[in-house]
Order: sequence, then C-alpha cells, then structure tokens
Amino acid sequence: MTATLTAIEAAPLPVPVRAPADYKTDVKPIWCPGCGDYSVLMSMAMALAELGRPPEEIVVVSGIGCSSRIPAYVNTYGFHGVHGRALPVATGIKLSRPELTVIAAGGDGDGYSIGGNHFLHSCRRNVDIAYLVMDNRVYGMTKGQPSPTTEPEWDSDLAPGGTGLRPFNPLAIALAAGANFIARAFSGDPAGTARIVAEAIRAPGFSFVEILSPCVTFRPDEREWRKLVRPAPVTETSDPGRAARRLMTDDGFNLGILYRGDRRAYQPRSAPVADAERALERAFEL
Amino acid sequence: MDSANRNPGPPAPDAAAADSTLSLAIVGSGGSGVMTTGAMLLDAAARAGRYGLLTRSVGPQIRGGEAVAMVRLGAAPLACNGDTCDILLALDWQNAERFAAELALGPHSLVIAEESAGDMPPALQAPGARIVKVPLQKTAKAIKGRPNMVALGLAAAMAGLPQAAVTGAVARVLGGKGAATLAASEAAVAAGYGEASRLGAPAATAHSDERPRWIITGNEAAGLGAVRAGVRFAAAYPITPATEIMEWLADALPKVGGALVQAEDELASINMTIGAAYGGTPSMTATSGPGLALMVESIGLAITSEIPLLVVDVMRSGPSTGIPTKSEQSDLNIAIHGVHGDAPHLVLAPLSVADCLFTTQWAAHLAERLQAPAIVLSDQYLGQTRMVIDRPAEGGPAARRVLASATDGSRYARYALTPSGVSPMSVPGMASRQYTADGLEHSQHGTPSSKAEDHLAQLEKRRNKLAGYDYGDAWAEIDGDGDLAVVTWGSTAGPVREAVARARRRGLSVRVIALRLLSPLSPSRLAAALDGARGVLVVEQNHSGQFHRLLRAHAALPADTVALHRPGPIPFRPGEIVSALERWM
Repeated sequence: MTATLTAIEAAPLPVPVRAPADYKTDVKPIWCPGCGDYSVLMSMAMALAELGRPPEEIVVVSGIGCSSRIPAYVNTYGFHGVHGRALPVATGIKLSRPELTVIAAGGDGDGYSIGGNHFLHSCRRNVDIAYLVMDNRVYGMTKGQPSPTTEPEWDSDLAPGGTGLRPFNPLAIALAAGANFIARAFSGDPAGTARIVAEAIRAPGFSFVEILSPCVTFRPDEREWRKLVRPAPVTETSDPGRAARRLMTDDGFNLGILYRGDRRAYQPRSAPVADAERALERAFEL
Repeated sequence: MDSANRNPGPPAPDAAAADSTLSLAIVGSGGSGVMTTGAMLLDAAARAGRYGLLTRSVGPQIRGGEAVAMVRLGAAPLACNGDTCDILLALDWQNAERFAAELALGPHSLVIAEESAGDMPPALQAPGARIVKVPLQKTAKAIKGRPNMVALGLAAAMAGLPQAAVTGAVARVLGGKGAATLAASEAAVAAGYGEASRLGAPAATAHSDERPRWIITGNEAAGLGAVRAGVRFAAAYPITPATEIMEWLADALPKVGGALVQAEDELASINMTIGAAYGGTPSMTATSGPGLALMVESIGLAITSEIPLLVVDVMRSGPSTGIPTKSEQSDLNIAIHGVHGDAPHLVLAPLSVADCLFTTQWAAHLAERLQAPAIVLSDQYLGQTRMVIDRPAEGGPAARRVLASATDGSRYARYALTPSGVSPMSVPGMASRQYTADGLEHSQHGTPSSKAEDHLAQLEKRRNKLAGYDYGDAWAEIDGDGDLAVVTWGSTAGPVREAVARARRRGLSVRVIALRLLSPLSPSRLAAALDGARGVLVVEQNHSGQFHRLLRAHAALPADTVALHRPGPIPFRPGEIVSALERWM
C-alpha cells in the first residue's frame, strides 16, 4: 500500500506543453507594419512558452507608448497603466504576490524619461521583476519627438536641428543603480531575444533587458541597426567593475547578457505574530 | 441596510459637560521636555478617570526649538481645544511669543513661570491674567530631578489629579529607565505638588468612571482602522503630517502578515498601491496635499480600471508647501474634483480622532465593495492630536471584494454591465479569467475601445455603482432636530458639537449634520436631513468655502444660510461658532 502511494506521488505530473500561441491573444496590435515590437511580442511568447508557467500566473505591466500596448496582446494577466509608472505597479504586484511572475515592459520615453526615477529605484530596490524596454530612440505614439536615447543631432519639429543633448546610457545607469541582470537584445533576432528574455525572467532580482526595436515610421534610419548589431565579444560577467567598463565603452550594439550579479531579491520583512491584531489594539489601552 | 454601513454607535461626545474643562499649556525651549510632560499629564488624567486631549505646536526647527504642549481635560469625552487657556506653565520664555495666537490667554488665565526665566514676553501678556513665579529649576536641582517633572507635578495638582495617577503615568513612560530615574522623577513630581499647594491647587478628585479607555492619535487610529478592515499592503512616501500613519503601519503590517514599502515618491507609492490592489490585496497609501496632487493622475487610473484602494490625506495648510505642520480643510476640492475626466470615486472624512478608526475602516470596506478609490480627508489636527477615548467597539466593516467565479467556459467580461454596476473581479492566479486592467476606455471585456457606446456605458457603470449604493446611516452623524442646522464635515465637527451644546443651553434649537461621506453626496438624504430647517450655518476650515459651494450644488439651502469658513493654522474654537449662532438667539 505504502509502496503504491509512493509510486503515485513520485510519478511526474503531466506538464502541459505550451506553445508561444498559448501566450498570445487575438487582439490586433496597433503597431505600424514593420515595427520591431511585433518581433518582441513573438519573442516574449516564445520565452513564456519555454518557461511553461500557466498564463494566469504571469502579469505583464506597462505604462504608455506604442510598446506599452503589449499587455493586451499577451494572454497573461495584464496591466496598462499611466505614462511612466509601469515599474511601481509591477513592484506592488510582486511584493504583495511574490509567487507570480511579473514582467514590466515599455519604451524608452516611458522608462527613461517620465519614469526615470522609478527606473533608478527599481534597479536599487532589486525586486524580482523582468523589465523589458523596447528602445526605438523616439516617441512614436506622439509622432516623432526625441527621447532620452535619441542622438543629439536628430531633427524633429519639437527639437528643430536636434536636441544637442548627449543620449542617456540606460545599461550603465542600471548597473550603477544596482540592477542584478543587464542584457541587450535586438528585435531583428527573435530567437536570441527570446533566450535573453527567458533568462531575465529566471534570474532573481531586477532584470533589465534593453531591446533595440526600430521605429520604421519615424526613424527609418533604424533599419540599418540590422547591420550594426553583433553578439557581444565577451561572455557575461558578475564583476560590476568589468561590466561598467564594457557598458561605458560599447557602442550600444553589443547583444547578449552583459552583467549578472548575485544580490538577493528584495522582499519586505514579514513576521506574523499570533493574535497580532489584538496586541496592536492593546497598545492603546492605558 | 448592510450592517457594514451602520453608524458606529452614539457619536457625539457628551459636549454638555465641556464647560467644566481645564485648558492647560506648557511651554518651553528645545530639550526642556515639554512634550513628555504633556503626554504624561494626559496619561495621568486618563488614569484618574478623566478625558482629555493633547495637541502640540513646535517651531520650525527639526530638533530643539520652542514647543508648547496644550492639554485640555474634562469629565466627558472632548472633541476640540477650548476657547482660551486657563493655565499657562512656562519652563522658560524662549521664543514663546510665537504661540501667542494659539495659546489665547484671557483675563481669567493663570500664568505660572519659572522664576529665573525673566519677564513674560509682552506679546503673550493678556490684560487681567495673573502671573506667579515658581522655582522649578531650583527645586529640581535640590532633589536631583528634572524641572519638567516638577512642572508635571505642579500641572497635575492644579488640574486636581491624584498623585497616584501621575506616578502610574510616569512609571509607564520611564519604567524602563531604571529605579533611580523613576525615584528621582517621582520625587520631582512630589515637589511639584508641594509648589502647587502654595498656589492654592484644588483638592484632588479621582472619577470613579471605570469605562475602559484608550489613548490614541488620529493617525494611529487611521492605521488601525485600515488594519481592522483587512488592508495588508501599504506604500508610502514621507510627508508631514501623515508620516505617523505609515510609521505605525510599518510596524503593524508585518505582524499581521502584510508589508509596507517605502516608495521613491508619491507617484510610485500610489502606483505600488494600485499594483498590490490589482493583485487582490486590500491596499493603501497615506499622504498630505502636495502628495495627493502628485497622485491624482493615478487615482484616475484606479477609477477607470476599477481598482479598489484607500488614500488617506492628512490635510495641512496649502497650497504648495503652505504651513506643513498646521491643519486646514482645504483639500476638499482636489479630493472631489481633482481628477481629469468624469471620475466618480469615494471621498470621506473622519469626524473626530476616535472616528479616524471607523471612517478609515469604512472607506477600505467601501473601496473594495465598490471597486473604486476612496480618499479619506483627515487633517493635521485629527492626525496628531492625542486623545483619551472610550475603547472603540470591536469588529466593524471588512474589506471584501466581489470576485469572479471559477471558469464556466465563457469569455470573461471584467467590466460586465451589471445591475449594480459592480462587476466580479478576477485576480492573477485565476485560470481563464485573465484580462488587462487599463486606463484606456474599454469594452466590457477590458479591450481598449474608442467607441461612443462603450465610453458612455462604462461612464454610467462607474457613476451608478457609487450613486446607487446604499450607504446606510453612516454617511453622516445627525444630532438633534432643531429648526436651525449646523452643517459641517470632518475635523470641524468637534468644535461644532461643543458650540451647539452651549447654544442649546442658551435656548437655541439646533441640529448638527456632520458629513462623513462627501462624495458621492446624496441630494435626497441631504434634503431629508435639512427638512424643516429655517436657518443653516455651514462651518469649515478653509478660505474659500469649498464645502459650502459643494452643498449649494447638491442641496437646496434656505435663504437664511450663513457660511462660516476661515483658513488655518489656528484650529476652530467653539466660541467662534457660538458667536456665529448668536444671530438666531
């Protein structure tokens, strides 16, 4: 009898094999034909299928922008909030429901400009979230304004002749602020992107993936990225000093996992006490 | 009526007994121990069966600097400071003139001052007030005690408190500091009683009233109300005068299996709260005016995506940085009208320090029940006043939301149009119930929609679920049925009650309508409450009469309506309200 029970318990549960299609909805994206975000969506579905968690145990959170439309297109739980605030929403979900897989996604304007403070503090706080930034170096939804990663000379109606401002280096900032996993991917390489996204979700703590995702409408020049990207010439490092040198000196087109730290993910202390509510109230008695 | 929406018991403190109160202020410079003295005096009074409250006022310095502890004691529960100060006890006069308006000395006042402190600043002097000098420092030095403990004994004796009650209060605060400290403090208290006997202190009386009492601030009570309701997540950014709510929750939440996280700013704290609430955990944040202004965009998100959450705004004088340490009821407009678009949500206000518990608990209940954000408008006065109250009733409304049922194969409609307007909500983990919560207008299924019919249907759903709900009798505390009505809200209800008790003794027939639920307002309930009133006095603490304008939009007020409104920082005193009622006497 005992042996039979043991045998039953030991038998592996049938793991449903999930396909990328199981993680997509039938909502039609609003993106322009040729937008890099289609490939990122596919890579995300591939990564989720590889990890195999049931879609209802995953939450995809975003702010505002073209790429921030992504929650509606994945068949997980989704949250499409206000501009720049994806990370705090994701943080609230993860801290209160640590068993869920939480992914935040969005663009460079959402994440680095209006949401810049949350980016810094999410890296620092190191909650177990994967943050995917589809960087196209432009505000696409508002039809072509410069973002924090736009080149200084890029001409637009809002900044005629260019901003003259040095672009921001999100990977170096993430490292300095304490992100535990830093990688760069390219939408034109969906399989490579899927591998990196899966690894970012698996990695504990705050995982930051910069995904170069061209905007073919307002930045047709970004079609050239295909020729510029290359696998990083070095393997991943856990040494922040080495990572800093790499991230400060690379040209923005090295792909792969560039840093993997070993900081423990943040989870607030919880120490349930028996009959706690009564004890809290007793403290007010004379 | 849902029992959760029942008024939490007899509301008004027995303000009739308020005439026999004693207002006592202790002033001194930084490090003189004025606040400890005030807190121990209040504790001792509670032990002697009295009721009372302690408010504090400090200079702008972070540490040190002048401070005044204002204690008011009485035989019945109190709701506000008195009109004037009966006894002022000065450990020194350093910068004490800063408090002249708050202290409100009168011809009947007795000023007891440390003899070495020099003359009373002219700005503080009141014609007719009696001034006596006492050797607090010399007395303390002789017995190796502290002058503030001598002052404690002196103040307690002048208030007619038995010395044993003071000993108990001192032991509670200093018990951990060793027998020598305790003995020195007790000797100093005894010396204070000795000084008082020379000043003609009244005979000590202990009241035999043995009702169990609490000592609590409004900020603590708000935290407790949230925990009682079932709030288990809070995100917070420090701001005066709301910080104590978060500090209390930072200790309490982990003990009940929850958590508080300190956010990088208020934009983050409101969005973390939204995230946790979306995940199924009743959640809150607390802030003050400037923080609320930063949160408003995201409160709109919670309204549209129908996420329940609790925001406690401990109001201070505004706009902008204003007077951060002083009270005002001037966030009513932003709380009700601040969100862009047509954005119905809940706005409530506690009516006393004790009521911070019930109102916050009820707000958490309503937020979850109606899947909408609830803003609670406490203020600096309620939040930071320490009050002796009767032990609150146990239990109270719980935060429980209507959850989606397990899958039956149908496609889940998160924003289904139901008769009540409340649609069963799924939370992550529920299979086949995935949806995207969205700030974009959406269809019943939650997919983004810019169709006119979806926009109208969802606007009406969000309005009707709040407007059609039965809030029971907790929406207001109504006292009496006189042909004059004083209509007020929040913190100001305290001085209004005391003023009305006095006016009634002078023969005026007055009812009090103190609103706890400010949005949505029910015109029919308001009309019923005002039925038969020939005159109305509207009382609130802000410059522009925000509540008066709100009432005008929802209720027919009689021609004989007077609006009494003035800004902070000085709290309303009952006498001001009695004066306003005199036109009907």
